[in-house]
Amino acid sequence: MTELTTFWHVWVSAIVIGSMIACGILLTLTFKNQKYDQETDQTTGHSFDGIDELDNPLPKWWMYFFWSTIVFGVFYIGIYGIGGWTGFSDWSSHDQWEREVAKAEEQFKPYYDKLNAMSVEELATNKDALATGQRIFSSNCSVCHGSTATGALGFPNLADNDWLYGGSAAAIKQTITHGRTGAMPAKGLKPDMTDVERTDIAAHVLSLSGREGSGDATKGAPLFAQACAACHGSDAKGNQLMGAPNLTDNIWLYGGSEKQIEFTIENGRAGVMPAWNDILGEDKIHVLSGYVYSLSQSK
Amino acid sequence: MKHDIVEKNLPLMMILIIVAISWGALAEVVPLFFLKETTQPIEGLKPLGAVELEGRDIYIREGCHVCHTQMIRPFRAETERYGHYSLAGEHVYEHPFLWGSKRTGPDLARVGARYSDDWHRAHLFNPRDVVPTSIMPSFPWLFEDKVDGRDTPKKMRALRYVGVPYTDEQIATAKDTTDGVREIDALVLYLQQLGTVLTTKR
Repeated sequence: MTELTTFWHVWVSAIVIGSMIACGILLTLTFKNQKYDQETDQTTGHSFDGIDELDNPLPKWWMYFFWSTIVFGVFYIGIYGIGGWTGFSDWSSHDQWEREVAKAEEQFKPYYDKLNAMSVEELATNKDALATGQRIFSSNCSVCHGSTATGALGFPNLADNDWLYGGSAAAIKQTITHGRTGAMPAKGLKPDMTDVERTDIAAHVLSLSGREGSGDATKGAPLFAQACAACHGSDAKGNQLMGAPNLTDNIWLYGGSEKQIEFTIENGRAGVMPAWNDILGEDKIHVLSGYVYSLSQSK
Repeated sequence: MKHDIVEKNLPLMMILIIVAISWGALAEVVPLFFLKETTQPIEGLKPLGAVELEGRDIYIREGCHVCHTQMIRPFRAETERYGHYSLAGEHVYEHPFLWGSKRTGPDLARVGARYSDDWHRAHLFNPRDVVPTSIMPSFPWLFEDKVDGRDTPKKMRALRYVGVPYTDEQIATAKDTTDGVREIDALVLYLQQLGTVLTTKR
């Protein structure tokens, strides 16, 4: 409220304090001009359907309660202020938030300092770090990757030691911090791909993991070299620098049926892993990296 | 003062009632119209694009705001989870604002760029597919229905009337940009920009 002009400070103060004083005056005058200060059976003269309105004073308990709200208001203003004055406590919601954050920082800093001194590989075997990492994972990552980190269609499994962008500690940390953007173009590098050619390529891709498609895999092989090999490699083992998956291991991010593979070739894929640096901060990402790293180490 | 003076003069009583109930607004609401923090946009804030605007209307139509707030309060528990607390200046172009005061689902004030577009689509089609314990309803029709762009320029003109700085060019092209866009795409576009102007610096 610091940017308000003096006029508005006076405006607010005048209304608030004026109302409190007016309420006090109203109470006093009403009490003073009351004809009877005890309950009587005198009526105000209003009568309707045989029901009379009695002319009795305000109930005492009610009047004292009203007075106590006015007194409460005085103390409230004293503590929290009015207009431009911030009161004896000098309270503001922003300060309260900062104190809260500073207190938590003080409480958790030694713990994170301890974990920061360890490498991601060491964290992956540290019981405390894994417990913390698991919590962070549940709150933030499980939304896409699932609570057991085994992923879903379109969201990578993090527990199978098959990595799009690399499974080293550094690669995992990089992925979490800055995110990843997949970019498989529709029809690969062959925009004039026909439906038959697509089916042939799919047959070739299926053959890489020992299966058969309805197309001609031998025709598909040279087409694969033309349209797909630039990213997935001529041996189709993928390229972690560009996040191109290995197509020979029968692990499929977007489904491994012939139909699903053809759909992927036809329309391309652009899976996005968001960047978490701004949301989680370095400390938590470090611990989280240790947890994610640990998931595939037993495999 | 005799209470029967007030009680027997209806016009006087009406005037006093109006005075009594306006006092709160005069003290608490009116000064905000003259406070920069509430009337000036934060740096970098732009009015929603035409498609995002339609996305916002779908958000309202489907009642998202009934369960999701867009208001991060200044408590550590909230800022840890959702990001920097909400500022009034982030919402100056919103008519009406969608702050809300009751959460059944999480706050969405800074959900933008937090999850991928694919995730939003999967989640809106059937939330249980990605979050097994979710109680959110599914919205499969968003994937079939298309935005009707005829009303977009009118909406933008109405917003401009109340102070949102849309340019003539934006309004002129609005119908063509929104017409026929799948509702899910408009909604995801709207969601993905929520709260992204103010980034959390740690």
